[in-house]
Amino acid sequence: MLFLIIKRILLGFITLFIVSLITFVGTEILPGDACTTYLERQAFGEQLEACYRRLGLNVPAYERYVSWAVNAIQGDFGYSLSGEMPIKEVLGPRIKNSLVLASAAIFIGIPIALILGIVTALWRDKLPDVAISTVTIFAMTIPEFISATLLILIIAIWLEWLPGVVIVPTDVSFLKLLPNIILPVIAIAMIMTAHMARMVRSSVIQVMASEYVQMAILKGVPYWKMVFKHVLPNALLPAINVVALTIAWLLGGVVVTEVVFNYPGLGRLVIESISNRDLPTVQALAIILASIYVSINLLADLMTLMLNPRLKTLQIRK
Amino acid sequence: MKVDNIYKEEKKSVFKKVSEVIITMASRPSGFIGLSILVFHIILAFISPYIAPYDFKAVNPTLMLQAPSAEYWFGTDDLGRDVFTRTILGGRTALTITFFGSLIALLWGGLLGIFCGLVGGKIDDIVMRIVDAFLSIPWILAMLLIVSLLGTSTEVLIPALGFFYGKGIVRVARAATHDVIAKDFIVSARARGHSNLSIIWNEIIPNVRDAIFVEGAMRWSWMLLGFSSLSFLGFGVSPPTPDWGLMISNARGLMSFAYWAVIAPIVGLSSLIIGINLTADAFAKALGIDRSTKAPV
Amino acid sequence: MSDIIQKVKNLSIGFKSKKGEEILILKNISTNIKKGETVGIVGESGSGKSTLALAMMGYVKHGLYTIGGECEFNSSNLLNIKSKDLEKIRGRKIAMIPQNAGQALTPNLKIGYQIDEALQLHSDLNYKEREKKISELLNKVRLPSPETIALRYPHELSGGQQQRVAVAMALAGTPDLLLLDEPTTGLDVTTQAHVLELLNFIAKDTGTSMVYVSHDLGAIAQVSDRIIVMYAGEIVLEGPSRDILKRPIHPYTHGLLKSIPKLSLAGLPESMPGSQPQPGTIQDGCSFFDRCNFSEEKCKNNSPQLEYLKELNTSVRCFHYKKLLKEIQINQSVSKIKKNSKDKEILNLSEVSISYAKQKLLDQIFNRISDDNPTVKDININIKKGETIALVGESGSGKSTILKSIAGLLRTKDGLIRFDESRNLSSDLKERDPNDLRIIQLIFQNPDESLNPNHTVEEIVAQPLKLYFGLKGEELKKNIIDLLQKVRLGEFYMSRYPRQLSGGEKQRVAVARAFAAKPDIILCDEVTSALDVSVQAAVLNLLQQLKEDFGTTYIFVSHDLAVVRAISDRVAVLYQGRLCEVGPSNDVYKFPSHPYTEVLLGAVLEPDPDIKPKLVAEDIVEEKPPEKGCSFQGRCSRIVGDICKTEIPPWQLTNTGNAIRCHIPIEVLQKEQFK
Repeated sequence: MLFLIIKRILLGFITLFIVSLITFVGTEILPGDACTTYLERQAFGEQLEACYRRLGLNVPAYERYVSWAVNAIQGDFGYSLSGEMPIKEVLGPRIKNSLVLASAAIFIGIPIALILGIVTALWRDKLPDVAISTVTIFAMTIPEFISATLLILIIAIWLEWLPGVVIVPTDVSFLKLLPNIILPVIAIAMIMTAHMARMVRSSVIQVMASEYVQMAILKGVPYWKMVFKHVLPNALLPAINVVALTIAWLLGGVVVTEVVFNYPGLGRLVIESISNRDLPTVQALAIILASIYVSINLLADLMTLMLNPRLKTLQIRK
Repeated sequence: MKVDNIYKEEKKSVFKKVSEVIITMASRPSGFIGLSILVFHIILAFISPYIAPYDFKAVNPTLMLQAPSAEYWFGTDDLGRDVFTRTILGGRTALTITFFGSLIALLWGGLLGIFCGLVGGKIDDIVMRIVDAFLSIPWILAMLLIVSLLGTSTEVLIPALGFFYGKGIVRVARAATHDVIAKDFIVSARARGHSNLSIIWNEIIPNVRDAIFVEGAMRWSWMLLGFSSLSFLGFGVSPPTPDWGLMISNARGLMSFAYWAVIAPIVGLSSLIIGINLTADAFAKALGIDRSTKAPV
Repeated sequence: MSDIIQKVKNLSIGFKSKKGEEILILKNISTNIKKGETVGIVGESGSGKSTLALAMMGYVKHGLYTIGGECEFNSSNLLNIKSKDLEKIRGRKIAMIPQNAGQALTPNLKIGYQIDEALQLHSDLNYKEREKKISELLNKVRLPSPETIALRYPHELSGGQQQRVAVAMALAGTPDLLLLDEPTTGLDVTTQAHVLELLNFIAKDTGTSMVYVSHDLGAIAQVSDRIIVMYAGEIVLEGPSRDILKRPIHPYTHGLLKSIPKLSLAGLPESMPGSQPQPGTIQDGCSFFDRCNFSEEKCKNNSPQLEYLKELNTSVRCFHYKKLLKEIQINQSVSKIKKNSKDKEILNLSEVSISYAKQKLLDQIFNRISDDNPTVKDININIKKGETIALVGESGSGKSTILKSIAGLLRTKDGLIRFDESRNLSSDLKERDPNDLRIIQLIFQNPDESLNPNHTVEEIVAQPLKLYFGLKGEELKKNIIDLLQKVRLGEFYMSRYPRQLSGGEKQRVAVARAFAAKPDIILCDEVTSALDVSVQAAVLNLLQQLKEDFGTTYIFVSHDLAVVRAISDRVAVLYQGRLCEVGPSNDVYKFPSHPYTEVLLGAVLEPDPDIKPKLVAEDIVEEKPPEKGCSFQGRCSRIVGDICKTEIPPWQLTNTGNAIRCHIPIEVLQKEQFK
């Protein structure tokens, strides 16, 4: 058991290492370097020299990678070109804001997805299933920027219930932030919830068709007891990993949604730093977003390991 | 020797097989709707330049933000351009780029996946590690980076999209290959001494083809979603080329008093994505593959 | 009439085909189950026997629906009552023991909980009493140390243990009627015999009625008082067990019993042509029409009705049963195998060991396998040209592993595989030249897996012809037609896909593919175990015929000792990857000398109520071969002393030509036999 956990964690770090290499090499092989890209037409003379010195671009690439990596592990991602301050300081409040947004979407989305998935599976091919499944297909396919735009148009502009654009400073208190994040959360949660609901549905249907569920019915186990004791634990276990992948995929949606709502989070920082050609910040963002992805998947793996009796005893025996 | 009626089924030509799959797809209401929408959009993409009533880039300050009328069916935008013209033209770029992008994704993802699944061992481990690493970089970040550094020309977008959406196909193709190579007919071919290439071509590809095609169809709808998100963020096609994502982004700021300029491209884009999705769904069902268990990576 | 516990009346169950036609799985079934009796329902896959058993619990699978009729229990129709009432009957009045307990036990719940659940639902016992009862039940099904078993998860038990847990679970509600759906299929022979013995004991002990569903007449013969024979969704014969097995008056049952190989008879039994029709294909006439020896024009257009014969207490569905009434006993005729083995050696395995152990880094570097206790060890077999040698043993005996090594699919750890006295076959597939690969061909157990579902029969058979002989065009086609004819398939099969063929036809295609390479040796891996009983004999006969025509050598792996008896010249008995006994089949079967051979043969179930299995050893499942001494020490009932645990037994030769590996002196072993 312990061995497996350590192995998964190690694999996660290897993935992160490869990500850092990819982004580093990626920015390295693309035409121009961080300074020429950033300074564009002013990339000559004193200014360029100063920039090179500040970023340490005058040493060989591998040395730069090593020192960057060593610093990054300690949480120091270098200096933001556009923000004119350490990247660490730029990131702090942005990460907090994005986390609020994403975790709200996750905490609302997962329970709803579970309920919808289970309901559609249990009433398979009946009215609730057909109705919900049709809605989820729509929710799943429409891009976040469309649903976000429509939400603003209908709820903020026509009905005037909630603010459509977030106009608060980066480091605002949570309570003040709350009414501002309702619409973005809905926009983000929609697509993710729809995806998860569909996965839960098919997983439950699969288990419902299994021999052990048939056996439970033939044993005389009442319907709901069968659902909760025999079906759900076995159906939701494999769903954990898939849900984790969906959550990770949501990171992309967060970027777009933050732009639509003008929300001061990581996503908007991505757009800003790319528009400003601030390569050091982009590198830092890549690593941070990748670590979020890797840790969510790691968490899912560990949960599956913990909950699956098969894997548990496999380890004890060894 | 007795011949049962239900066994009387001859080997079919490729054309017949394809048409059969399409008929099965269209026999479900959702598949029929999806196919119709998709076909409608494809036809529209071909004929829209000839039926467009106005010039899509003709700026007319006197006609700014006109509400829909008999003359301008969907109204005009902030530069006085006809929204109807721009809407029917707005899907062409997206459709073309994502179609070829998914073809590329299908090819490289499918082949690499099959290869890894068959070879296994160290090579497989290393390739899958790298694919995992690519998966963990949010697609939007990677795409934005490439596009902002290399530009937004078609020659950049198609291979870049193809590459980024192909890595998910690698996993699917690899898993499908794993399922197949455990079967005895592969063991039998290996015991006879067929070469790896012949085994891939004769034994594996016919059995994983369906799964990869379904995955490719799915990627297409996601790629369209991704591409329009890029356009929306201003990193896709450049103005004045009409594109739904770009149109939504432009008209968004004015939607409190000119909602028509936003609604038209939204309907256009949503219907195309839903159409492709329903078609992919029906395609999967017609081939007997359950796609709802797959994660959108 | 009060002794009838379950009454099935005119029951029809079916499904809607894609075209909207109603296709019947069960056609108008009527039968009664009496109190305290055990009824065997026998039929091939697709005959509707499991559907019938499930219907007796008021359960119809998803996709199927009841078209008409009822299943009456306690004067209520189970197919038509509220689910609340059904919950009270299921598990309490009628309980099911499923086919595959490994999949029928919920994987995330402990054994103890799953039994406790049944107790909670169907008894008024309190916690303490239930706890005691669980131990009692586990004891009753003879599971060792019930307290620890109750805390285990299903996957931690062996197949036999899981099946016993399922029995305990069914007994928890003290049901009046037990339904058993193929409860021993998939278990090893010795385990199967033990479970059956347990079921017999429970039937006597508790006095419950049982319905035993199986495709295996051998198992049915051991347990049932009455037998119902099903064919294509209909009851074709129903009557007292002994009469049905000894004097079957329906042509299907008659033919079936004749085609099953028996332990006491060497040689191939007669085969039955064709295979069971698919549901929905036969509209009028007798469903057995085209396979029947007695059929006439009348049978083609008129369906016979089930007719009750009072004097025999038997019901039969046939126009011609009177012809069979005259036959007093089945006289099974077997075609004796012509021995055409020559003295020339074709394949020699010497000191072969095979290991599945993962290579450690150092071993990978030196390209070696280090494992002191490999899965297969010290195999020495001499195979002569033209003979059929069978490798027998239970699962885990290493018989398939040896086949894989001969085919080059698995590296050997030590030892040599020599072809034709001189040629060393390299242990690695990649190092063998094409001709080495051609001379050895494989036929697999399951034709569904061994034929590429996306290739036509033509493409499948063409593969070896193209690969080894480079045939093209007309010549290729001529050869394919030729081969198909040899396996008795017509030319029109060429354009078919495997899914359009029946199980027997598929296996014929696999045979044709193997022979297309013109091999010297064919490795047959359980080639008949995935087939229906009535088709099995036909495939065996075909293999024998081809062997006589081509002079091929067969290495035949099977767990079915009766099949091995029918086809093989020589037998090698394996336990835990070590040889126990090698010898001419006649002698091995007549005088089983090694203690393990005795156990194996004793456990075989014959379709004859007079031949009972002998249970000699415990059915323990060993995961690994013992490190030292005799491989069979763990289960042997005749251990002579410490020597069995420490020293590998020596080979001893009998005067009949058997070689036996045992510490007990040969004279003693043989004397015991004749007692």
